[in-house]
Amino acid sequence: MNYNWNWGIFWDQTPDATGTYFGSLMSGLQVTILLALCAWFIAFVMGSLIGIMRTLPARWAVFVGNAYIEMFRNIPLLVQLFIWFFVIPELLPGDLGIWIKQLRNGPFIAAMLGLGFYMSSRVAAQITAGINALPKGQRMAGTAIGLTTWQTYRYILLPLAYRIIFPPLTSEFLNTIKNTAPALTIGVLELTARARSMQEFSFQVFEAFSAAAAIYLVLSAVVTIVMRMIEKRLAIPGFSGGK
Amino acid sequence: MPMITIEKVSKWYNPQFQVLKNCTTTVEKGEVVVVCGPSGSGKSTLIKTVNALEPVQEGTIMVDGLNVTTMKKDLPKLRSRVGMVFQHFELFPHLKIVENLCLGQTIVLGRSEDAAQAKAMKMLERVGLTAHAQKYPGQLSGGQQQRVAIARALVMDPICMLFDEPTSALDPEMINEVLDVMVELAKEGMTMMVVTHEMGFAKKVANRVIFMDAGEIVEDAQKDDFFGHPRSDRAQHFLSKILSH
Repeated sequence: MNYNWNWGIFWDQTPDATGTYFGSLMSGLQVTILLALCAWFIAFVMGSLIGIMRTLPARWAVFVGNAYIEMFRNIPLLVQLFIWFFVIPELLPGDLGIWIKQLRNGPFIAAMLGLGFYMSSRVAAQITAGINALPKGQRMAGTAIGLTTWQTYRYILLPLAYRIIFPPLTSEFLNTIKNTAPALTIGVLELTARARSMQEFSFQVFEAFSAAAAIYLVLSAVVTIVMRMIEKRLAIPGFSGGK
Repeated sequence: MPMITIEKVSKWYNPQFQVLKNCTTTVEKGEVVVVCGPSGSGKSTLIKTVNALEPVQEGTIMVDGLNVTTMKKDLPKLRSRVGMVFQHFELFPHLKIVENLCLGQTIVLGRSEDAAQAKAMKMLERVGLTAHAQKYPGQLSGGQQQRVAIARALVMDPICMLFDEPTSALDPEMINEVLDVMVELAKEGMTMMVVTHEMGFAKKVANRVIFMDAGEIVEDAQKDDFFGHPRSDRAQHFLSKILSH
């Protein structure tokens, strides 16, 4: 294989002369982190709502929750991104659709919604599992001292359920970070997109993608360490995960 | 007026399985009623219908003159006045002992944090656990947890107490510390409905004993009558089994 290794390439100027390739990758990393955080916010809020709905006594709530999960979990992420970016603006009334298509942050917003709702189905499944894993008596005990259904969730079931599912929730957050990469297909200039454009302009394919891979690894490692620390803080003495 | 009136109550878990069959009984104010019977006879279900933790399909349940079976919006308020103690304690594991005792007081009764704390400490003293106020439930023994659970019910100033097999999940050496608290409560005149196999407790403090089998109230008798000469074969059979040792 004839390949000219050039690890100094990161300090070369990009063709658009806005900075170095390193700077370009860093701005991609910024977009990746921002996209992951925004999507995670949606995933967490919607996932919690839907996850809770599936544990309510009302049949219709369980049905709506199940339908939501099946829909967002079983359509490939890429297809969902395309639907949010290409299809939904067309379905909106004329002016609104055009306005959305012309938004400068259009790709970012579509990716945020697509990834957020996709991940929310996975978060919802975890929340449901966490609540259902609690002894049935916990709900009864809350009810018996006079708490309403909402108060029972707020003060008893959710604080316990979130603790139980903290480790799998961490891994869903890591998945959210990794799943930002397909957003490049609708034009979001995140880390993978920046690495690809670096490779296209400089032909240093190995350097470009090694750097991207290394950055993803470091990012995940940092998140894992931070989450472990939070997990330790939340641990309850005498309860699972406690000392 | 009786504290608890259960009238012709029937309950099905599904169309095929009837857990309660036309149950009728009352608990007078200040009375201690023990409910016993073989496992699966419906005694835990019956006691849980009293504060509507288990819904019923037929019949009426009145607590302190209020119809529990038709009540909807005011149920939480009524439940807060009916103390309940569970077989597996069901303390809230993420809250300290004192927080377990304050939660219902502040949220349901609207007491101030200070008032709730003071009441909580008073009740902990009563069950002999002041030293453990700042611990978490998982750090206490089963017997201690169950005493905390009783205190958690008492801080709400209940008009009556329901006990659902309060000692059957405990190691033998811890049973008495819980029963002692219950005996003391009974002597103070608390209205109590107790599902239990502790016949010693029944003999000591119960006014009446209800014997259930297969979802029916087979026998509902004064304590001395029940232990002296139970009328039904099933109750005699049950007693001969559990009193033989």
